Amino acid sequence: MKPEWNQWAQEAKQQFPEANSSLLPLLYRIQHAEGWLSDETIRDVASLLGLTTQYVESVASFYSLFYRQKVGRNVVHVCVGLSCALAGSDSVMEHLEHKLGIREGQTTADGEYTLLEAECLAACDLAPVIQRNLRFVGHVDPENVGRVLSDDGKEVNS
Amino acid sequence: MSQQYYLLRNREVPDIDQMPVYLAHGGYQALRKALNDFKPEELVDMVKKSGLRGRGGAGFPTGMKWGFLPNDGRKRYLVVNSDEAEPGTFKDREIIEHNPHQLIEGIIISSYATKAREAFIYCRGEFLFGSEQLNRAVREAYEQGFLGENILGTGFSLDLNVYRGAGAYICGEESALLESLEGKRGNPRLKPPFPAIAGLYGGPTVINNVETIANVPVIVSKGADWYTSMGTAKSPGLKIFSVSGRVQRPGNYEIPLATPLSTLINDYAGGMLPGRQLKAVIPGGSSVPLLTPDKVDTPLDYESILQAGSMLGSGGCIVLDDHVCIVGATARLVRFYREESCGKCTPCREGTYWMTDILERLEHGLGTLEDLDTLADVADNIGGKCFCPLGDASLGVLVSALQHFHEEFVAHVEQHACPMGERLYDTVNN
Ligand SMILES: Cc1cc2nc3c(=O)[nH]c(=O)nc-3n(C[C@H](O)[C@H](O)[C@H](O)COP(=O)(O)O)c2cc1C
Ligand code: SF4
Ligand code: FES
Repeated sequence: MKPEWNQWAQEAKQQFPEANSSLLPLLYRIQHAEGWLSDETIRDVASLLGLTTQYVESVASFYSLFYRQKVGRNVVHVCVGLSCALAGSDSVMEHLEHKLGIREGQTTADGEYTLLEAECLAACDLAPVIQRNLRFVGHVDPENVGRVLSDDGKEVNS
Repeated sequence: MSQQYYLLRNREVPDIDQMPVYLAHGGYQALRKALNDFKPEELVDMVKKSGLRGRGGAGFPTGMKWGFLPNDGRKRYLVVNSDEAEPGTFKDREIIEHNPHQLIEGIIISSYATKAREAFIYCRGEFLFGSEQLNRAVREAYEQGFLGENILGTGFSLDLNVYRGAGAYICGEESALLESLEGKRGNPRLKPPFPAIAGLYGGPTVINNVETIANVPVIVSKGADWYTSMGTAKSPGLKIFSVSGRVQRPGNYEIPLATPLSTLINDYAGGMLPGRQLKAVIPGGSSVPLLTPDKVDTPLDYESILQAGSMLGSGGCIVLDDHVCIVGATARLVRFYREESCGKCTPCREGTYWMTDILERLEHGLGTLEDLDTLADVADNIGGKCFCPLGDASLGVLVSALQHFHEEFVAHVEQHACPMGERLYDTVNN
């Protein structure tokens, strides 16, 4: 457990009127700092909030944005929803897999990138769409996916 | 097309997401008017009179929903559903990213009207920029005295919290959303009791969609009569339609209800891509039945779309052209429900798995005619037999596709391949 987590737990508890509502915000804050949620982190969060480890685990595992496995410094989500598929998202995924040398769900050996599928990201006007660390990049050109990885993750908004 | 904006005002006013710009363009005037000139009950009546219906999908009359809150002195909550994840829908994201103050103004007015003292925005976890925008705008609203104690000296007080979801479509369903907001897994609750009676932390709770609440300041400033001058008697007012798929100009279009679907597709969204024909439209997000081209002139209001065989839903309009394989498109959508089923009840959890399996087999030319019967049978075992509406939602496109495009399913079996090629779509914009 990191020394500052106790403080974060108190702040989360204060922000929301009932104690359990602080669980998701606290998990987010710790994941943001640590990159992912290890078994040990789950235990720590449980003790910080006075919950059981099993409870925290059952909640964390329900949500796809809580990473219970180590992920790369950059998490790339490729939208595979219908509108993106109609604009070529399957090609985007294939080109990214090729470029990174990994399959969907995997992390590059240098720990730089994790490649994941996303369901419709509510940005179908920008199809095909990816998110890098939850920042949108729209109108992705499958032939030029390098752009997605090399730029600074600046968000493209509609 | 020239257009007047009342909800997507960011299209006309750059930087309207910033407090000074919003104020300079009449922002928070509706709040002043509501708090100074109206009693809460009068505002509820105004919203009833406006005929505003929920824009989250079900189209339930908003004023009527507000009227269900029991008068028993318990603390009331207002929760805004910003979990937007219905495939094909992207209107709420534009509001929270680019016009967040209109939503916040709507929340304060709606809370005053419903006598809520604490409000929440449940923001989809993937909307990182959106939640940053909301947090900043909320902070600005506190600084201006529009939130907190004794708002504008009227004695009315309200706190507003932004809460981030963490990646689960089911949390858009209102009772699952409340579970998630209480720090639990997002499994739906048994209803009744409805949230108006026992919602957040067991208290009386109003839940409305982002677009619904963003309409409230407009109704307060322009009046219920103005609002009902648009649309039909049962479906009055304005709606944002998100158009995506095989059209020239995908995007959000804010138009009066009862505008013909063909006008939305051809005039606003620029029509089909060159040389392409319309094959089908999913008019209200991925959960509603598709419409065939003979229905393209249907007015976009709740009743007409229902009569045409679909639902207005969230207004997420996905357009398919003659190069799109219906089996592949259906497989893609049903797969979404498999991924997002919360797993609480068997027909949905297992059924969406089986249907996806069969559809993907069919799409790859590996299906049999018997598979088609099994598919219909599984669908029959889901319809009306699930704990929450997600199960039924997984059937909307599938059942209508089987009905209108049966020969295309059979062709996949007989040719042992997809007649339209391997992929749903290969290259961008062609
Ligand atoms: C599976 C499922 C997902 C839903 N997702 C959303 C959503 O993302 N946003 C939304 O506003 N309503 C969603 N709804 C509808 C809500 O349950 C609820 O009816 C709505 O938020 C009420 O607001 P309204 O009356 O203003 O439309 C969903 C419903 C179901 C069954
Ligand atoms: S219908 Fe699906 S999403 Fe709804 S409760 Fe059952 S398993 Fe969960
Ligand atoms: S389908 Fe990709 S953003 Fe909607």
